[in-house]
Amino acid sequence: MTDAPPLSHRPLWQTLARNRTALASLIVLGVVVLAALAGPWLMPESASQISDNQFAPPSWEHPFGTDIHGYDLLYRVLSGARVSLAVGLAGALVALGVGTTWGLVSGYAGGRVDGAMMRIVEVLYAVPRLIILLVAINAFDKPMKEWLLSMEWERLIPYSRILILILALGLIEWLTMARIVRGQVLALKSQTFVTAARALGQSHWKILARHLLPNLIGIVVVYLTLTVPAVILDESFLSFLGLGIQAPQASWGSLLADGAQAINPVRSYWWLLVFPAVAMSVTLLALNFLGDALRDALDPRERR
Amino acid sequence: MLLVLFCVVSITFFLIRLAPEGPFSQERKIPEAIEKALLAKYKLDGTLWQQYTGYLGDLVRGDLRLSTQYRGRSVNEILAQTFPVTAMLGALAFLIATVGGVTLGSWAALRRGTAQETGAMLAALLAISIPTFVTGPLLVLIFALYLGWFPVGGINSTWSFVLPAITLAGPYVAYIARLTRTSLLEVLGQDFIRTARAKGVGEWGVVTRHASKVALLPVISFLGPLAAHLLTGSIVVETIFHIPGAGGFFVHSIQNRDGFLLGGVVIVYCTLLVLFNLMVDIAYTWMDRRIKLE
Repeated sequence: MTDAPPLSHRPLWQTLARNRTALASLIVLGVVVLAALAGPWLMPESASQISDNQFAPPSWEHPFGTDIHGYDLLYRVLSGARVSLAVGLAGALVALGVGTTWGLVSGYAGGRVDGAMMRIVEVLYAVPRLIILLVAINAFDKPMKEWLLSMEWERLIPYSRILILILALGLIEWLTMARIVRGQVLALKSQTFVTAARALGQSHWKILARHLLPNLIGIVVVYLTLTVPAVILDESFLSFLGLGIQAPQASWGSLLADGAQAINPVRSYWWLLVFPAVAMSVTLLALNFLGDALRDALDPRERR
Repeated sequence: MLLVLFCVVSITFFLIRLAPEGPFSQERKIPEAIEKALLAKYKLDGTLWQQYTGYLGDLVRGDLRLSTQYRGRSVNEILAQTFPVTAMLGALAFLIATVGGVTLGSWAALRRGTAQETGAMLAALLAISIPTFVTGPLLVLIFALYLGWFPVGGINSTWSFVLPAITLAGPYVAYIARLTRTSLLEVLGQDFIRTARAKGVGEWGVVTRHASKVALLPVISFLGPLAAHLLTGSIVVETIFHIPGAGGFFVHSIQNRDGFLLGGVVIVYCTLLVLFNLMVDIAYTWMDRRIKLE
């Protein structure tokens, strides 16, 4: 961990353009994001309404079929994509903030501070974070709503659950980011430009912000692409258990929970499971592929 | 390590007590005297600090207290019935993940640059990306409903554990395979391996006797997090396959605000993990020292 590899000097986008899987992943992601943003808006008003047409199999009218309430499943999957992607991205950004700060301080301070901070990270890795997190979400659900009310942000109340999820998931997925940033800082710290800055009498704060942080951006972006799928997965895990996104809102996890319930020996409404599953798996796969390719491009040691 | 447990217990306790709704605040108003008696029975009276120290004291004596939802049953009793099931599922998944992952990873590393390796690694990334609650129902659909090889759910026989354990282990087989492959490739490029080869040790011997000791270190340090992931994941898998393990009670205890049951599950899970991590740490230093001696 100590001797982090030097950063590659070829521009990131150039390496990316050469890697066909990464490029394909980027295109797939673009399509998914575009569909999630524009889809629900382009679809007819009736698609978002409850109808009597329950459990209709896929047809021209309803390409993905309909669910137990007669909702059009395509509409549900697309609006679920909005929630899942938004939580994934925002949660990953929270993780980025915490992880980068933690890693920066730990790596730069070194010595005992570093030892203690990394020990905490190690312990957190081994604790069932998601389980403790569930307890926390449960505890803060009501206070969050009251707080929003007292701040006169009533408009945000339907989204309070999402906000808690974003914060909470961000607060558990920062560990890897902290480790990577620390390793990178340790490598950078001993380089001459940092020594020079210190010799010139620059403050610690300035060295961190001006010299170290800009050199970390590449690796941070890579691990951001790898954190997004992790957060999406966590969110869907919670929603699957009925403890994340609450009805009538939907995310891929809650749709999959409905789908899994519709599979039984008597009758299988397969489309309720298959379409959300495909949407989610394809997105996660594309994100992981992209992250892997970026990491290979940036971090020669991890290269295959 | 005890400190970690203490922190987990304290955080859990205060998070549960912080929740504004108590276990008895229902729509129907209970008479004050009865509520008082209930609170006393479940030791929820007194100041927060008194409750906290009282709870800690009971925990030290091994008493996880009464469940507020399942009237008349103690948390110890519920966990004694359900936890072995979860542990069995977890142990099986653990075995599949480690053995399967290391085998697959070594195999891929030895076939470096072939289409087989690319295929195996693609499959691994696919397995990591698909959540268990997708693979689970799909496996049920294929192997239980269409082919009828395995039961759909429940725990009637050992066979019923096969599909859940595979579902639970799936992503981690893939993760460990990737970990093993990367570190084995790195180790195989080092000098002492060249020496071993020069001595005339066969390819198989190089991997099993020389490279594996170093290459498996990252895998061993992942065992702790793996156990944590498997315990968390088992909650979902138990839901999918209708397995009466501790996971279901965990979810219900959150929905029913059954504080002591919730605390009991969290504490038992964490104690187990802390102990397990201690063992992994010991194993790691032991293996590490052997390497240093060589």
